[in-house]
Amino acid sequence: MSQQSGPLVVDLAGVRYSAADHVIFDGLDLAVKRGSITAVMGPSGTGKTTVLRLLTGQIQADAGTVRVLDRDVATLNRRQLFGLRRRMGMLFQNGALLTDLDVFENVAFPVREHAHLPEPVLRRLVLMKLEAVGLRGAEKLRPQELSGGMARRVALARAIVLDPELLVYDEPFVGLDPVSMGMVVRLIKHLNEALGITSIVVSHDVPEVGSIADYSYLLAGGRAIAQGTTAELNASADPAVRQFMQGASEGPVSFHYPAGDYVGALLDGSDIPSGRPASRKAPHARRGAGS
Amino acid sequence: MIAALRQFGAVALFLLRTLAAVVPALRRPGAVVRQIYNSGARSLVIIMLCGLVVGMIMGLAFSDMLQRFGSESALGEAAGFALLKELGPVLTALLFAGRAGTSLASEIGLMRATDQLTAMQVMAVDPMRSVVAPRFLGGLIALPLLVAIFDILGLFGTQLIGVSVMGVDSGTFWSQMQNAIDVSDVNEGIVKSLVFGAACTLMAVYYGYNAEPTAEGVGLATTRTVIASSVLVLIFDYMLTAAFL
Repeated sequence: MSQQSGPLVVDLAGVRYSAADHVIFDGLDLAVKRGSITAVMGPSGTGKTTVLRLLTGQIQADAGTVRVLDRDVATLNRRQLFGLRRRMGMLFQNGALLTDLDVFENVAFPVREHAHLPEPVLRRLVLMKLEAVGLRGAEKLRPQELSGGMARRVALARAIVLDPELLVYDEPFVGLDPVSMGMVVRLIKHLNEALGITSIVVSHDVPEVGSIADYSYLLAGGRAIAQGTTAELNASADPAVRQFMQGASEGPVSFHYPAGDYVGALLDGSDIPSGRPASRKAPHARRGAGS
Repeated sequence: MIAALRQFGAVALFLLRTLAAVVPALRRPGAVVRQIYNSGARSLVIIMLCGLVVGMIMGLAFSDMLQRFGSESALGEAAGFALLKELGPVLTALLFAGRAGTSLASEIGLMRATDQLTAMQVMAVDPMRSVVAPRFLGGLIALPLLVAIFDILGLFGTQLIGVSVMGVDSGTFWSQMQNAIDVSDVNEGIVKSLVFGAACTLMAVYYGYNAEPTAEGVGLATTRTVIASSVLVLIFDYMLTAAFL
């Protein structure tokens, strides 16, 4: 079981989930304390994004319980699930901005759908959120005109526009330059404190997420192999944890996909399989889905 | 066979989900009007051009054929029947599938590939209501209007060539048409255009919505939209023609 104590916003207990005959989670326990920033880390393909999909009810666990904001996600009907999602915000890896709307309308979209505010109030609300992410001046731009970092910040403004209790970030640092990355790191920390929300950050960027996380989980092999503060994980003696935290190429997680004899393959191609390989993902990825 | 039945069932269920989302979507008439513009107004040029050319071809071909039987005065009647009952709805629907259908399928498919549809669901917004239903309604409304424009340009083209080039009397052309064409003939064209509009738009939104989230998947969805729409239009045309006999 997890070591997090205090009121929990998210509680995954004994979660088992399989997809396409691959077991992704087998007994995953993960808890998130209210008001905290919790990092979910792990190599690519260990199911980090799958955790978020379980939390938001996009997929259902085969076994175990997924409790989010005091609701058991598996027991919710469609209306109740949508009600739960209104209390959450999610930042997608690519921003997932609506490409037929400009920046202002993208941020206003959830409000127009759910709140039906008068236009002047809506405008003030959207401008406040855009100001919070430093993009008030970009309200008329189209998503195609934004850089990766700007798109991520607009998506963040959209995610917080309805003042969610829980904000989940899917790989928020991927593809960002150092300046944009630093901005997003500070934003996550600032928003968590200023809005009093709970944040879950899925990432494999150890230094960035480690610098702001109150608590971290390291996923591998279908479960959380380590958890604790960044300092505790850095001090871990577990070879797999040390390899991941230090970004070492040698360790339990192999760089190479399983293959036959290299020299033999080069000389006579004797190990070339007759059919397509089952997967092109890394070894650990065969058990996972997504990042 | 089982795969075909499964596909038919999936389309039927998708149609039911779309119809269930139509009434909530109508509360946002602006979104529907925008889709009528996207599907209809943006297809206008190609529809007008093709209507005019088809009419001109009919003016030449029908005049030549009818002159062999000494019946060139029946040009207006023949053109009216052909355009209002068959060529107008069928050709417009096929052009619509190629222009607006592919655009819809690729747009929704790209929304799927770039997580926009998933983002809507996570924001507790139903994409069936926000994305699919307005586009379905837009296509359903736009196609009959495009058919009417195609028919008008087609008749103008036939008259242009038949009267000016082939020497058919203008008065005879129009009077023959007025005497021969009945309200039921016009109704047949209207019913066909509504059915074709529903079929083409449904195929576009169905294949776009269910596209694999890859470049190849979006391309495949676009191709399937054109093929399925074209086949459905021809099948429905046969069935409706038989029903109106």
